[in-house]
Amino acid sequence: MSIAVLLKQVPDTTAKISVSAGRVDESTVSKWSMSPYDEYALESALQLKESGGGDIVAITAGPARCEKLLRDAAAVGADTLVHISAENINDLDSTQVQKLLAAAVEKIGSSVVFCGKQAADTNAGSTGPGVAELIGASCVTLVSEVAADGAGYSATRPSAAGQEKVGVSAPCVFAFDKGITEMRRPNVRGIMMAKKKPIETWSATDLGVDIGAAAVTIDTHSPPAEKPRGQKFEGADSVSTVVGKLRDEANVI
Amino acid sequence: MEYTVIAESSGDSLHPITAQLVGAASALGSSPTVVVPGGVGADEAASIAGVSKVVSVVGDCFATFDGGAWATAIASQCSGVVLAGATPIGREVASRVAAKRGVPIVQDATGLAAGITITRPIYSGKAVETSTVTGECVITLRANAFEAAGAGGSAAVNVVNQSADVGIAVKEAIAKASERLDVSEADIIISGGRGIGQKENFAHLEEVADMIGAAVGASRAVVDEWGMPHSMQVGQTGKTVTPSLYIAVGISGAIQHLAGMRSSKYIVAINKDPDAPIFGVADYGIVATWEEAVPALKAALAAL
Repeated sequence: MSIAVLLKQVPDTTAKISVSAGRVDESTVSKWSMSPYDEYALESALQLKESGGGDIVAITAGPARCEKLLRDAAAVGADTLVHISAENINDLDSTQVQKLLAAAVEKIGSSVVFCGKQAADTNAGSTGPGVAELIGASCVTLVSEVAADGAGYSATRPSAAGQEKVGVSAPCVFAFDKGITEMRRPNVRGIMMAKKKPIETWSATDLGVDIGAAAVTIDTHSPPAEKPRGQKFEGADSVSTVVGKLRDEANVI
Repeated sequence: MEYTVIAESSGDSLHPITAQLVGAASALGSSPTVVVPGGVGADEAASIAGVSKVVSVVGDCFATFDGGAWATAIASQCSGVVLAGATPIGREVASRVAAKRGVPIVQDATGLAAGITITRPIYSGKAVETSTVTGECVITLRANAFEAAGAGGSAAVNVVNQSADVGIAVKEAIAKASERLDVSEADIIISGGRGIGQKENFAHLEEVADMIGAAVGASRAVVDEWGMPHSMQVGQTGKTVTPSLYIAVGISGAIQHLAGMRSSKYIVAINKDPDAPIFGVADYGIVATWEEAVPALKAALAAL
């Protein structure tokens, strides 16, 4: 059995995002990282493998820089690495991205898919449920924990009353929120092995999908609107002044 | 183009996002159809001004949440431009409806204009994207970013019996660790960071929160280092919040944190370091230690 883990490389959450000529300037991104929620998905997949066996297939779609992401995944234990080459990943719309990922999952033959609840760049959260729809799978979102349970899986997700444990059987997709454990650190041996691991590189044609043209066109990126300069006060004595302003100027208390 | 709104419920009534979705459709000149999954709040939806028709979809599959089943049951009622809330349930159902219909989805819009031109924050608010979508599509809208439609409508309610196979079985409910208000639901949030010294000092923030009906939030640093619940975390890898008032206590304002709270309506920052980046986004900055400022805050609120 194989577990497909969908990963996305994004600017590190500590990185500044700058815009030039109406587009986010990727060349100024100081550090690229695995999207944080994907790390939880990968760690949970590794733990599931340790308790019940299986192969971890790390899949990403993106430009050449994503090779590092796959090596990082291999260094902590991913068995197979799949790179769907898409130089223009940011210009693809949700339908196109999901078609590529779903086709890769089907080509590998995984019936269990792990991913993050959303990527740290687009913050959308469309991929997990969208891929589930295309492969005819159930999808549990905002998952914090997954365990093998008889012939299927049990997963913990939030509910109106707190949390709940749900049961689901394959084919299924789990979209992870922050989990219970951080992703493990790679050891030296893992890093060395990862360097030599082959990467399967697939194009849309290799996957046998026609993704067509994007129906969503990005017109422009811009920096967030600057906030007008606020008022600043010295010392705790000013607290009552500020509380008065919150009531009389801002009308929020 | 025709507009369909996917309603969302909260308990036994409609979630406020529903009237905002109708408001957004109306602003684009449409009288939308409102599809109500499970039928909860259908009559309420019919009374929203500007709604042309309500389709109440009822079936066994709506007893628990399975986004796939819900989407299967409602998809045939959704046509044209479909609007849903950018809430956890809205995002998931909308994603599946989009994939089922083979149309693109754009999530978390904060602005819509004819065309359709969509404005939305990306990189958790570190940049803003404007995009254009042609043809049928699904768009989710951020809560409180659009003017809600008023009352006074009297649309007809059509009840459709349609269920779907459910693949997710609820096996066990786990009670909430605390009864405190969640940061994503709150209109006022008071958050603490490393500057308040230790986990136990959150009790002081909770006292303030109880006085003004606020939720208590936390920075990533204290969630990771002091083991605070992740549900409290505000920031790029936690919750993105847009309350009316956000009070940051002992939070320096790492870019990760600012990304999650900078679009709050009013921001108060309390920090002893006058150069802390949090003051750059604060409407009201107070340079003081939390040990002095928090008791003063309690006293000032008590005197209101």
